Amino acid sequence: MSFLELEDLRIHFPTDDGLVKSVDGLSFSLERGKTLGIVGESGSGKSVTSLGILGLHKGGRARISGEIRLDGDELVSAGPEHVRALRGKKMAMIFQDPLSAMHPYYTVGAQIIEAYRIHNPVSKAVARKHAIDMLGRVGIPQPDRRVDSYPHEFSGGMRQRAMIAMALSCDPELLIADEPTTALDVTVQAQILDLMRDLQQEFNSALIIITHDLGVVAELSDDILVMYGGKCIEYGTAEDIFERPEHPYTWGLLGSMPRLDREPTERLMPIKGTPPSLINVPSGCAFHPRCAFEGRTGGKAKTAVPELLETEGGHLVRCHMAGEERRAIWENEIKPNLESV
Amino acid sequence: MVTYIIRRLIWGVVMLAIVSMITFAIFFLVPRLAGATSESLAARYVGRTATAEQVKLAAERLGFNDPLVVQYGRFAKGIVAGADYSYGPTVEHCPAPCLGYSFLSRLPVWPDLLDRVPVTGSLAIGAAIIWLIAGVATGVISALRRGSLFDRAAMSVALAGVSLPIFFTGIVSLVLFSYGRPFAITAPGGSYTPFLTNPALWAYGLILPWITLAFLYAAGYARLTRSGMLETMNEDYIRTARAKGLTERVVVVKHGLRGALTPILTIFGLDLGLLMGGAVLTESTFSLPGIGKYAIDAIVNQDLPKVMGVVLVAAFFVVLANLLVDLLYAVVDPRVRLA
Repeated sequence: MSFLELEDLRIHFPTDDGLVKSVDGLSFSLERGKTLGIVGESGSGKSVTSLGILGLHKGGRARISGEIRLDGDELVSAGPEHVRALRGKKMAMIFQDPLSAMHPYYTVGAQIIEAYRIHNPVSKAVARKHAIDMLGRVGIPQPDRRVDSYPHEFSGGMRQRAMIAMALSCDPELLIADEPTTALDVTVQAQILDLMRDLQQEFNSALIIITHDLGVVAELSDDILVMYGGKCIEYGTAEDIFERPEHPYTWGLLGSMPRLDREPTERLMPIKGTPPSLINVPSGCAFHPRCAFEGRTGGKAKTAVPELLETEGGHLVRCHMAGEERRAIWENEIKPNLESV
Repeated sequence: MVTYIIRRLIWGVVMLAIVSMITFAIFFLVPRLAGATSESLAARYVGRTATAEQVKLAAERLGFNDPLVVQYGRFAKGIVAGADYSYGPTVEHCPAPCLGYSFLSRLPVWPDLLDRVPVTGSLAIGAAIIWLIAGVATGVISALRRGSLFDRAAMSVALAGVSLPIFFTGIVSLVLFSYGRPFAITAPGGSYTPFLTNPALWAYGLILPWITLAFLYAAGYARLTRSGMLETMNEDYIRTARAKGLTERVVVVKHGLRGALTPILTIFGLDLGLLMGGAVLTESTFSLPGIGKYAIDAIVNQDLPKVMGVVLVAAFFVVLANLLVDLLYAVVDPRVRLA
C-alpha cells in the first residue's frame, strides 16, 4: 500500500450550464520521499485535484466520488472535521500567488504561528520561536526581525519562502505545491525549486507539484502525470515522459516548451485549438479535435474513449494508436524536430 | 504619524472656520442681498408691538449696523476668546467658546448646546452599538448562507429598513411599544434621564429610539457586510486559512470578517460623527432634548445664533470623525501608511 493512493477520483460541479467534470476518474499513487509532477493546461483539473485531496471541496457544491487514501485513511467518505484535523498537519499546500494567498492584515509570523498552534498545543512564545526557526530554514535573512513583517513588505520570492515555511511548519507528510513558481521571476524560480527539493529530502515528505511548466517538473519530479480534460492521459517516470513520451498531447507540451538550446529563429510547435469544455467534453478521445494523428486511429478517436493502458514498465498512455505506431511517430517525426539544433 | 495628526488637526480648524463663514454668510449676508435692512432683521426680536425706536435700538444692540466683516469678526472672536454683550443696563461676559446669545431667550448658546450633547451622544452611541452588532452579524450569516431562507428574509427586511424613514418606523414603534401600548417596553413619558442619575431609567427611556434608529442603520450595515463577506470569502487567503486546518469559525471570523471590516469601520465612524451633530428625526419623533431637537426649535424660531451653534458643533463632530476614521484605517489595514 502506497502512502497516498487516489482511486477513480471524480470531482464534478453541477452548474446552470450542466455538469462540469473537472476531475473524471483519476487514479495514481505516491510514496513518501517521492515527487509527482502533475502537468496540464489551465482547466485540465490539476488544481481541483489538489484541493480535492485536501478536502477543500467538502461542504461546497462539488460531487466527489472515488477514494483518496492517505496513509490508509480514506478521505472522500471521511467527515469534514476529520479531514480538517489532517489539513496543515499531515498534508499541507503551497499556493500559486503568495501575495493573495497570505492574509494582508496579519504579519507573516502570526500566520505561521497560527498554522502551528492549531495542531500543536504550545504557548505563543514557543510557536513564535518555531516560526522564526522555520523562516530561517527557508532562507529568509534575519528571521527574528522579518517574523513581524507583513506580507506586502516581502518581495515575491521571500513571500513564497514564507508560504513554504507556513506549509512546512507542522512537518506534513504530504506537500502539494500548486504552481509554486508561476508568479515568480526566473532566477527566483530556480532558488525556490532548489529549496523545495532540499526540504523534501530533509522532511522525507511526499511531494506533488502541480504546474503547466514542464521545466519545473523536469527539475524535481520522479514521476509525471499528464492531465487533459480531467483525465490522466499519460503517466510515467520523468524519463518516460521526457525520453519516450507516447501521447500526442505530451508531444505537444514538449514542443511548446521554449528551450535555450534551440535557435532563436526556430518556431515553437504549439498545440492548436483550446482546452476542451468540461461540460461538453468531445466525444471519444477528448483530445481528438486537436490531435494531428487523429486520422491514424481509423475513426475510433471520435467514437470511443481510449483506455489508460500500460505500454511498458508502469508507463501508462491513453491513446487509440498502437504502441509501435506511437513509438515510431515519436522516433521518426517528433523527436528529430525537437532536437534539430 | 505625529506630524500627520498635527497637520490634520490644523486642517480641521481651517475646515471649521470655513464652515462658520459659510453659515454666517447664509444667515446674515443672503437676507441683505434679498433687501433686508438691519431694522427689518432686528424687528423679529423685539415683539410685535415694538415702536420704531425700539427696533432701532435692538438693531444697534445686536450689532446689525456694523459691516458684515466686523459682525463675523465679533462672532469668531467670541468663539476663541469670549465676548461681552450688553443687554440693557448690564454687560454680560460670555466666556469662550462663546457662540453668542439666543436672540429670543437671551441665554448663551454654548452651555445650552453642551447640555444636549449627552442626550444626542447617548442616543447615537447606544444605537450605533446595536446596529453595528446586529447589522454585521446579520450580514455575516446572510453571506455564509447565501440564497437561504434566512438570507432572503434578512435582505428583504434590510431593504425595508433602508427605505422606511424614521418618522414612519418611529411612530409605528411608538404605537406598538410605548408605555400603555400592547407591547410596552419603554418608560412612561419616554423622557430622557441622565445616565448618572439613574442608569436603568436612562436605558429604559432610550430603548425605543435606540432600536428605531439602529434599525435604519443596521439594514445598511447588513447589506454592506454581506457583500463584503461574499467578496472576502472568495479571496485566496481564505483558501489558505482552510488549508492550514483552521476551524470554519476561525476562518470566518478571524480571516473573513477581518478582511471585510475595513469599509464597515469607515462608514461607521462617519455615520456616528454625523449623528453626534443631532439625530434630528429620531429626537423630534421621540421628543428627546438633544442637539437635533435644539436645531429644529432654533430653525422654527429663526434664532440664528442657536442655528449657527448647532451647525458648528455638528461640523466639529464630522471633522473629528473623519480624522479618527483615517487614523483607524492605519490601525486596521497595515498596508496603509499615513503621510
